[in-house]
Amino acid sequence: MNIPKNLKYTEDHEWIRVEGKEAFVGVTDFAQGELGDVVFIEIETAGESLGKGEAFGTIEAVKTVSDLFMPVSGKVEEVNPELENNPEIVNKDPYGKGWMIKITPSDLSELDSLLSPEEYEALLNK
Amino acid sequence: MWRAFCLVLLSVCFETTRFRGKTDFHLSFFQRKIGTFVHKPVISFLFMKKTALSNKHTALGARMVPFAGFLMPVEYTGVMDEHRTVRKGVGVFDVSHMGEFWCKGPKAYNLVQRLTSNDLARLQDGRVQYTCFPNGRGGIVDDLLVYRFGHEEYLLVVNAANIEKDWKWVNEQNNGGAELINASAEISQLAVQGPLAANVLQKLTPVDLDGIKYYTFVAGELAGVKDVIISATGYTGAGGFELYFPNEYAGKIWDAVFEAGKEEGIKPAGLAARDTLRLEMGFCLYGNDIDDTTSPLEAGLGWITRFVEGNDFIDREFLEKQKKEGVKRKLVGFELLERGIPRQHYPIMDASGKQVGEVTSGTMSPMLNRGIGMGYVEVSLASPGTRLFIQVRNKSLEAEVVKMPFYKSE
Repeated sequence: MNIPKNLKYTEDHEWIRVEGKEAFVGVTDFAQGELGDVVFIEIETAGESLGKGEAFGTIEAVKTVSDLFMPVSGKVEEVNPELENNPEIVNKDPYGKGWMIKITPSDLSELDSLLSPEEYEALLNK
Repeated sequence: MWRAFCLVLLSVCFETTRFRGKTDFHLSFFQRKIGTFVHKPVISFLFMKKTALSNKHTALGARMVPFAGFLMPVEYTGVMDEHRTVRKGVGVFDVSHMGEFWCKGPKAYNLVQRLTSNDLARLQDGRVQYTCFPNGRGGIVDDLLVYRFGHEEYLLVVNAANIEKDWKWVNEQNNGGAELINASAEISQLAVQGPLAANVLQKLTPVDLDGIKYYTFVAGELAGVKDVIISATGYTGAGGFELYFPNEYAGKIWDAVFEAGKEEGIKPAGLAARDTLRLEMGFCLYGNDIDDTTSPLEAGLGWITRFVEGNDFIDREFLEKQKKEGVKRKLVGFELLERGIPRQHYPIMDASGKQVGEVTSGTMSPMLNRGIGMGYVEVSLASPGTRLFIQVRNKSLEAEVVKMPFYKSE
């Protein structure tokens, strides 16, 4: 199971990577594996400010569907344009090309409540 | 909630009623924390039956899920890849969880004729018939295949989730004293499906496979194993064969089939692909599209409900009356006209927004790349071309009633 060391994780299997004042959000390798082949991702919250834990979109796989949740509060600045035509990149490269949204976190201290890679791995092994 | 996915999967796409209560889609969808769900699948795994090929699946990296009391492979390389492999090439499903009952002796014919809605008189030796058990209350106990080996020998192949229920039902109806044997636990079954299936299997058997026409079978040698039932049937609409043999040969036949199919790019396929394949063909799945509350006529199974002389089956009178008066609702197929995936239990609405039914099966069609599904609606809304709306969570998506199959092979 691929769990990069430079990310923070949620119990709902999203990851977040902070770059300065911005952050990228996606779903984990475990999540894409559980979902199976992703068919499309629906994110209609671009431009909106959402609270930590609020749904920013949904991800539809052939056999399953799930909400996508904000790891921290913030404004959704951009949706990965590649997802529209190539949703399978979430399966192939969940931490790279398969990122979902770019956000401006409103309170970086919220990151402290997220899981470290080690904690996330422990959650998966529970 | 993510751990709940393998359970969600079951309620979304598979027959079992056993799990439905605790896997209701909406429940788990809104269940944010995984804590309450996390151990359930793990615990239930311990009580699962396994097929003789379980180790093969695990070695291939299959994702195993509980299904109808069995631990079954749901996917290997991914549902899309497996689906396309079966449509274009050849794929192999372990369907050993299916149930097999032998019905033999001088009283066998009368029992099977009475139990099933199709006309057994039309079934000749070496042929297979799709049929159902009416339940005496206007509904369906199960749908099944009947293999005729002789006037006094039949093999009934039933759904895994219904083995116990069917066995009880068949025995309750056996007033004449036919000989009944439940061989479900001893027989393995592989479905080798796809346009290249015959190429692959022909390398393993002296039996002329071209001579086995659709819905006929031969018991012959395959991969050095004698008396394998080679049946030109399947649940995919892709062509191919279903093979029945004793459990002890399962590993040998599995290995031989994969070795023989290397050239054709043969791949294992799981229950997820089996479900998307059958749904593209509009085949009913017991527990989703048909059950104890649906009549075969409502389900579009009039063609296996034969009101002919000599076919005095359970519920004949009721169903004949229903046919004469006309059914009030019908199982229809629909395609979404907008992007979205219909799933089981999603509401179906008419143009005015009034709920008129619910989705019994739904998926994204890998071949059509479009949402497809089935559900019961009143007869006035059942004609092809009728506009319906499917409530996909917070959106109402436009759909159109279409003739099934959804996918027609080239």
